[in-house]
Amino acid sequence: MPDPILELDGVGKHFGGVVVLQDVSFHVARGARHALIGPNGAGKTTLFNVISGVFPPDEGTVKLNGRDLAGVPSRRRIAMGMARSFQNIRLMPHLSVVENVMLGQHARQGLLGQLKPVGLLPQARERRAALDLLDAFGLDAYPGQVVANLPYGIRKKIEVVRALMAEPELLLLDEPAAGLNPTETAALRDFLMEVSARGVTLLVVEHDMPFVNSLCEHVTVMNFGRLIYDGTAAGVREDEAVLEAYLGHRRKGATNAA
Amino acid sequence: MSGYLSGVIAILGINVIFAYGIFVTAAAGQLNLGGAGFQAIGAYGAAILSLEFGLGIWAAIAAATVIGGLIGFLIAFPILRTRGVYMVLATFAFAQVVVGIVLNSNYLGGSMGLIMSDYIETGAIIWATLGVILFVFYLMSTPMGLAMRAVHDDEPVADLMGVNNRAVQVAAFALGGAITGLSGALYAYYFGFVEVQYFNALLSIFVLLYVLIGGTQTAWGPLVGAGFFTLIPEALRMGEDWRFLIFGVLIVAMMILRPEGIVTRDAVDRIRARLSPRARDA
Ligand SMILES: Nc1ncnc2c1ncn2[C@@H]1O[C@H](COP(=O)(O)OP(=O)(O)OP(=O)(O)O)[C@@H](O)[C@H]1O
Ligand SMILES: [Mg+2]
Repeated sequence: MPDPILELDGVGKHFGGVVVLQDVSFHVARGARHALIGPNGAGKTTLFNVISGVFPPDEGTVKLNGRDLAGVPSRRRIAMGMARSFQNIRLMPHLSVVENVMLGQHARQGLLGQLKPVGLLPQARERRAALDLLDAFGLDAYPGQVVANLPYGIRKKIEVVRALMAEPELLLLDEPAAGLNPTETAALRDFLMEVSARGVTLLVVEHDMPFVNSLCEHVTVMNFGRLIYDGTAAGVREDEAVLEAYLGHRRKGATNAA
Repeated sequence: MSGYLSGVIAILGINVIFAYGIFVTAAAGQLNLGGAGFQAIGAYGAAILSLEFGLGIWAAIAAATVIGGLIGFLIAFPILRTRGVYMVLATFAFAQVVVGIVLNSNYLGGSMGLIMSDYIETGAIIWATLGVILFVFYLMSTPMGLAMRAVHDDEPVADLMGVNNRAVQVAAFALGGAITGLSGALYAYYFGFVEVQYFNALLSIFVLLYVLIGGTQTAWGPLVGAGFFTLIPEALRMGEDWRFLIFGVLIVAMMILRPEGIVTRDAVDRIRARLSPRARDA
């Protein structure tokens, strides 16, 4: 892989005595649509938290664009080109849709920009940019509404738009399709294809395999905090270790019988 | 303007400014139950600067505002080390310490208070109140105001969005201290004396109630809350015995009927939509 945007090297993390990540190493290629899958509790969300700096790894390094992120505060990482969404929607409940999306611009605004009365200027550039992005993803019906009252699928998408508003090079999405119906899932896939076409690298945690197969060309699989597969999406279906991780109970039954 | 009306308007203005001082920290997610302490700092600051240092009225008021801001800035660091209910207690303790210092200081007049040598009229308070209202509406319309509300709603996510939570919280405390200090300085100059008994725990509780019941989601909240709580007791003055009871019942009713405050985002949106049906599309 000649030009990785994200490099994980020997990442380990434990909470008390529980080892949640162990020696996780893989690269995400610039411009890739890369999936990170694995059974519940495999450590996928924990790995996202390490990458975005919610907590530091106990071992190993995380590099973004070749730069070691050790010691870089979590709030500085969005300005370095990394934005994320959350497994459980984390929009600001008391802010309107457009205000939530405008929050995604925060890291790009200087001190002077922080003091511009955007809310009093209906035509402010900041507001227009947020409205345009909402528009581009078919969410133009809701800008003034308070987020808490909107349907789940809409909020899920708004979270992705908020992350995009930061103009990231790398977008980390934690189960973006969870809780969506098949129509919404298909729409999300098209939406992410479009995001990808804009040059944004995607690292997507997802359980919905048809969704993963139709979106991502590269798949990394984790189980019990370890990496068990890292390769093409086509190869994952034939991989022994992956089959065992997902269908392990059958194997175990067979072993017991033997 | 009758003397009575002019007096009510002056108190209303001082309470509205006071409430905005508490609001700016509450908007960023911190409850300040030490409002009376910050107001006392403004009042005594203005009194001492005027009586001992001979500052003119507006210079003393401006300086007292800055002092309130500086103390808010400094006190933010220890207070922000605490969380939730402990933070509320820490701000409460701060106000008690301020009162204790005044009571035990002859220089500050102890329990006798200080008598001012200059006065301001209601008109000056009206202008100051308008200025503070405009400033807070402006602040809440900026990305900085948006960041404050984001910190209020979800600190970890605000952090990942690039917001410096700590800086926002400290700035909110400093600004709150300054605005509250301003209300104290105006109080001193309007009433012509400062007396520490006025800056008691009940005052801190009342101003926080103005803000919480008015609503912390928009800058309308403190205006409506302080207006409601200043004018209703005046209107109820006829039955002096029943006044506090009716007042208490009103508070409980408000909390049940509008648990997020009188003025919420939804309410403002609805009113706006009714005033101009096409504004929704904007
Ligand atoms: N802060 C924490 N403290 C203690 N244990 C934790 C913490 N965060 C995660 N864990 C544990 O780490 C393991 C991995 O959790 P994680 O959320 O990363 O899994 P996941 O792969 O995202 O699972 P899912 O598919 O269910 O979202 C789980 O056993 C979880 O209980
Ligand atoms: Mg998870």
